[in-house]
Amino acid sequence: MGNSAQHTLDAQALRAEFPILASPRPGGGQVHYLDSAATSQKPQRVLDAMDAYYRETNANVHRGVYEMAAEATERFEAGRDAVARLVNHPREATVFTKNATEAINLVAWAWGARELGEGDEVLVTMMEHHSNTVPWQIVASMTGAQVRFCPVTPGGEIDMDAMRSMIGARTRMVAVVHVSNTLGTINPVEEIVAMAHDAGALTMVDATQSVPHMPVDAAAIGSDFLAFTGHKMCGPTGIGVLAASPERLEAMEPFLGGGEMISDVTTEGSTWNDIPWKFEAGTPPIAEAVGLGEAVRFLEDVGMQNVRAHEKDIAARMLEALDEVPGLTLFGPRDVERRGASMSFSLDGVHPHDIGQFLDSKGVCVRAGHHCTKPLMRYLGVQSTARASAYLYTTDDDIIALRDALIECREWFGAA
Amino acid sequence: MGGLDDLYQQLILDHYRNRRGRGRIDGASASVHEHNPVCGDECYLDILVQDGRITEIRADGDGCSISQAAASMLTEVAEGKDLDEALALVEHFRLVMHGEADPDEDLLGDAVALEGVAKYPVRVKCALLSWLALRDCIADYRETVATGG
Repeated sequence: MGNSAQHTLDAQALRAEFPILASPRPGGGQVHYLDSAATSQKPQRVLDAMDAYYRETNANVHRGVYEMAAEATERFEAGRDAVARLVNHPREATVFTKNATEAINLVAWAWGARELGEGDEVLVTMMEHHSNTVPWQIVASMTGAQVRFCPVTPGGEIDMDAMRSMIGARTRMVAVVHVSNTLGTINPVEEIVAMAHDAGALTMVDATQSVPHMPVDAAAIGSDFLAFTGHKMCGPTGIGVLAASPERLEAMEPFLGGGEMISDVTTEGSTWNDIPWKFEAGTPPIAEAVGLGEAVRFLEDVGMQNVRAHEKDIAARMLEALDEVPGLTLFGPRDVERRGASMSFSLDGVHPHDIGQFLDSKGVCVRAGHHCTKPLMRYLGVQSTARASAYLYTTDDDIIALRDALIECREWFGAA
Repeated sequence: MGGLDDLYQQLILDHYRNRRGRGRIDGASASVHEHNPVCGDECYLDILVQDGRITEIRADGDGCSISQAAASMLTEVAEGKDLDEALALVEHFRLVMHGEADPDEDLLGDAVALEGVAKYPVRVKCALLSWLALRDCIADYRETVATGG
């Protein structure tokens, strides 16, 4: 590929670090895992870090006076340091949640349910994942606020003229996805955040599909809230991150109440712990934070610039390969500068579920469905799409296997 | 490609490419519209009932090969059955899909070819969509008759 010499990522070599990718699939042959937008595979060193935590120093974090508890706390908080460093954000405003969905719900409930009222507007886009739509709909129905949807252009990008005209005096929150999980579009979030702030609105950036795949600088984006999840960035499931403005977190009431998040509890009431712990009620996902910390160190060793450069190459390869499949329609931008390597498509005459099933028989793992973006599906005029999504371990072989299986699939179902 | 051939028998692909009983019925005795939330597939099912018997059945909607073939097979085998026979047919098919009964070819007709779907839990819902729609359709019909509607 054209500019592969400009970066130093060797995807084939990296595969050796991922047990699932390094071992042959049942029945032989290589697994072509093209569903990393759903969840990434995990490198051995992340599994080892979690395993070591449980084997060597399993204890509950904070407050324990014995050595093991102190060690557990240190490894847990080191996970927070790593995550905060990766996205250039203050550690005290980096809150661990269950996943990105919970991070967004935290804001919807702790801020939205208290602050929104009749006539207020939450502006989202037509390409949001349900996780950045449904929480706002729930609090809107409680508060009398309205959720509005900014349209998407036929090319699969946010209609910025519409965005400009829809942000107004009533807008209290602009919630926007950084990279679309369905279309792959990279959205100009810095510009949107600035527009929202000019109008006095807060901002939530869903960075679930950007943080794993490219350098993300939370300070440069400048949003009040930024959410992402661990399991799509080589880390474990069960842990997500809310990187928020420290001032917002200080001003907000807690989301969930319980242990750890309090300063004092009396029969008359309670006061809250310092941030970020004020928003981390109960025993946190300790092993998961340890694993996510190791995932961040793995990504730092690879280099996020290199990950992005590799995925640009792979996206260009995918575009070429998909163009060679007769009857295929791609949704989303074609310019690799404006998109990630997650691509949704339809195949004339073959249902996405049948595509997914057929490709599975060839060892090619893709997703079929609405990708938790049903408003977007309706907007595109389809019920579902098939989606292939790449990551740092995706190779040309994977893309060729995808192309060949799609061509064969269409013939097999008699659509050719 | 043994597994795939098991799932997609030629009979299934034939029903998918040449749908039987497709469309809607004007003045149907009962109609239902169901969808599969997993994939968004939709099924419209209409029946015409005379003297307690399904004299006409039509299925419409979009979906994968399994859901469309299953609907096509259903219309072939359910037409002419009385309502209790049709319910028994649906229940038998449901048990086969959940691996809880061996398929009775006399009862199921071409739908016996869907037996292999039972091994793919994600696809069982596709096969059942139209069949369970018939069950709901008959229940709606009976309720309407009972309430004199």
